[in-house]
Amino acid sequence: MLLPALALLVAFTHYPAVATFIDSFMSTPKGNRPSTFVGLENYRIMVEDPIFWQSFRNNLWFALATIPLSVGLALAMALWVNARLSGQAFLRMAYFTPTVLPMIAVANIWLFFYTPTYGLLEQIGGMFGFPSHNWLGDKSTALGAITMVAIWKEAGFFMIFYLAALQGINPSLREAAAIEGAGRWFFFRRVLWPLLMPTTIFVLVNAVINAFRMVDHVVVMTRGGPDNATSLLLFHLYEVGFRYWDTGYAAAITVVLLVVLASVALAQFFLMDRKAHY
Amino acid sequence: MNTFRHTFARLATGIASATLIASSSFAQTTEVPFYFPVAVGGPITKLIDQFAADFNKENPTIKVTPIYAGSYQDTIVKALTANKAGTPPAASVLLSTDTFTLIDDDAIVPIDNFVKTDDDRKWMSGFYKAFMLNSQIGGKTWGVPFQRSTVVLYWNKEAFKEAGLDPNKPPATWAEMVSMGQKLTKKDASGKVTQYGIQIPSSGFPYWLFQGLTTQNDVILANEAGTQTKFDDPKVIEALQFWVDLSKKHGIHPPGIVEWGTTPKDFMEKKSAMIWTTTGNLTNIRNNAKFDFGVAMLPAGKKRGSPTGGGNFFIFKKATPAQQDAAFRFAKWLTQPARAAQWGIDTGYVAVSPAAFDTPALKKYASEFPPATVARDQLQFAVAELSTHDNQRVAKAFNDGLQAAITGSKTAEQAMKDAQREAERLLRGFK
Amino acid sequence: MHAEAPTYRVPLWIRSLDHIGAWLLALIWILPLVYAVWTALHPQEFSAKFVLTAPLTLENFANAWKAAPFARYFLNTTLLVTLILGSQLVLCTLAAYAFARYEFRGKNILFSLVLIQLMIMPDILLVENYKTMSQLGLIDTLFGIGLPYFASAFAIFLLRQTFKQIPNELVEAAVMEGASTLQILWRVFVPLAKPVYIAFALVSVSYHWNNFLWPLVVTNSVNSRPLTVGLQVFASTDQGIDWSIITAATLLTAAPLLIAFLLFQRQFVQSFMRAGIK
Repeated sequence: MLLPALALLVAFTHYPAVATFIDSFMSTPKGNRPSTFVGLENYRIMVEDPIFWQSFRNNLWFALATIPLSVGLALAMALWVNARLSGQAFLRMAYFTPTVLPMIAVANIWLFFYTPTYGLLEQIGGMFGFPSHNWLGDKSTALGAITMVAIWKEAGFFMIFYLAALQGINPSLREAAAIEGAGRWFFFRRVLWPLLMPTTIFVLVNAVINAFRMVDHVVVMTRGGPDNATSLLLFHLYEVGFRYWDTGYAAAITVVLLVVLASVALAQFFLMDRKAHY
Repeated sequence: MNTFRHTFARLATGIASATLIASSSFAQTTEVPFYFPVAVGGPITKLIDQFAADFNKENPTIKVTPIYAGSYQDTIVKALTANKAGTPPAASVLLSTDTFTLIDDDAIVPIDNFVKTDDDRKWMSGFYKAFMLNSQIGGKTWGVPFQRSTVVLYWNKEAFKEAGLDPNKPPATWAEMVSMGQKLTKKDASGKVTQYGIQIPSSGFPYWLFQGLTTQNDVILANEAGTQTKFDDPKVIEALQFWVDLSKKHGIHPPGIVEWGTTPKDFMEKKSAMIWTTTGNLTNIRNNAKFDFGVAMLPAGKKRGSPTGGGNFFIFKKATPAQQDAAFRFAKWLTQPARAAQWGIDTGYVAVSPAAFDTPALKKYASEFPPATVARDQLQFAVAELSTHDNQRVAKAFNDGLQAAITGSKTAEQAMKDAQREAERLLRGFK
Repeated sequence: MHAEAPTYRVPLWIRSLDHIGAWLLALIWILPLVYAVWTALHPQEFSAKFVLTAPLTLENFANAWKAAPFARYFLNTTLLVTLILGSQLVLCTLAAYAFARYEFRGKNILFSLVLIQLMIMPDILLVENYKTMSQLGLIDTLFGIGLPYFASAFAIFLLRQTFKQIPNELVEAAVMEGASTLQILWRVFVPLAKPVYIAFALVSVSYHWNNFLWPLVVTNSVNSRPLTVGLQVFASTDQGIDWSIITAATLLTAAPLLIAFLLFQRQFVQSFMRAGIK
């Protein structure tokens, strides 16, 4: 029963992953020069590579902003949609649209929003008399602008999971809480939040993985610029691996990325395993 | 692991057999898979398909199959991935600046290997000298110029009129560009700029446009062997300072990084009265600008100048001799004057040989639409696009420096010194 | 949907705040779609000017449609996503069942090996996987694009989690009735895990609907290319961005999904709700 799945995993994940791990201790082969064992050389290069560290910091900020905000907004959206506000169908559709719009196309639309002097943000800001700003062209705002796009793209997707969980919660719980005179916040914190915990963890796992996996919008909107202000780890990895063809160094970055993600993910799985048993 | 993989391969052959049968039935003809960097679909693919079909008809033993692979970057990823896996295309059009990368990876063969007859030699010497600069390294020719371009200046004649300037006289010097730019920059009541005088894009690959400025300031960025850069040359720093000052000092250029992709739109929206961009934008702007515009050579600093850009035709080393030979014939066939002329008219790229500009078709087109010849006239001032060993990385260090200076996080001098130090470190192994 | 409104006391002003917040968020979230509709329906000169009297046109759609064989790309993507999802569900159900219900030597090691795949960046394994594919002769086939994804660690993990919670009595009862292993799996486990299947399907479909780099590298012809690769026509910014056509193409490609969601959103959410994803 295990065999087909395991065989595929080994062929397309473990075998290449092990090859990558080995490559991280080898020099990059160039034409006639075969690759040779260089020990930790690639890791030394990484430690000394300022762009790696900048990408690392950027990615950390990116993750710290996108994970809580997209999950928080997703929960708020789900609560609102579930609360039967007027225009519920419209709200639900509005929140969900980013999920079906392909990132490559959508990034171009966001590019227009951020364009200075005639972009949408500028036109709206102009009405209120705000000064003009080059959002993607300024080192201090570019990462924020990119982060916003990621949150926009993800929150609606996560909402679906929360919505499903909320609708599965027995309505009598709410009535019981109301009879006991519990306030809304109290009800949320003591009843809803614990019940939603498995969903939250499921969504968190996805959010963490995505925070390190989303790069399409960076490629379209800034190509990591200005001066690496929006370079994320996977983007840097892509550049090293597929623009510079420095496979040895790319392998070393991959290994580090894997270790970081693995520790985060294992912690989460541990949690998930426990919570699922209550 | 390899034995495992082979067993697995045998298992899966059954599933894949349908595709194998389909591809093995042309045993008599030479297959020439040809990677071409255009986005997948669109009008250019129709032109290339037509070229390939015509060529295959004239050469029944050859079957050229164009494979569209997206942007230049996507295409080189695809070509080198296939090359590393041992199944490269026979030929591909790739950026001329990637020549060093391809040589260092031992992926391509010199075109000279196939030049045997007098006719071949005549064909090889028929290209514009400026386009061959990026193709010849170490006395060998590695690529055939195919879709090439330069940087030109577009100006909005209406805006010139409104500003009291002669609409038919674009700036010829840096000083004129600044003084005209000042007249062209318009502000609203609150002091917000509604129209900038000039805009030079700085996202993605700012080095290419900046090379216009450095060439005009009479400095070459790298040696021909691709092992030494001069990013910290005082003339380079001076050129960068000029670019930075357009915004910081004169206020006639938008602040921060200017996106390459939105620049034509900025021009059409009259947010910028003059822009620098590729000749390849001509058709787009011609179709969509709602005002009269002109195309000019870039203004002169100490002299005129622009880099060339665009793609060359390369032949891959791991292809069979028959494939390589067929690819060579295809390259030669593609760049014959009549076809080069048609390609230039249809796409906006600069036709690659003087002979192409002498064809009746291109002469007629140029008389109807004079901007089409500006890029050609500029070729006499053109230099090779910046290209070194480990090109992408060196260019990246340089780009980062340029963006740091433009966004104001470093001074022009500091930025260029840092870039030079990084470039020297990268090029150490190639000397 | 629950008919009764929440019965605990909610002051009117909080209720209005809810409305304002929900609507504001919805408007921001749907803005890119609104912009896409506006720009796609008007001539290019209006793509940055929002004048109500601007003339309407369908020309952008015609141009986008002509730019690439989108009908074929759409078919390819649909087939691809179905193929991947189908294989994932079958293979991963079997594997998860084995992990959840059987004891065997090295089970934990095998399971951790599976989990590793969750953290691995498929992009960096590109070169290795391409080699395997070309040895298998699967370059430029839909099967080749999908194969590396057929076994999903995420699905195995989720399903194992669910299967483990299914009480033994149910299994014993089925065995008493003389059901075979596969019958037990099909009649007892699969139905009980339905919400998990739906949640996973959503993640999988949205991932593969948007996947770009691997399909680009492994495909050569119109016959196997998915939509994202087709959308690439408009994403290369060499000639500058033409928002009119990009937005028209975005709408063309997203429309079937959007319409499907509009039509089926009720059923869709309800199918989650039936058991609630836990």
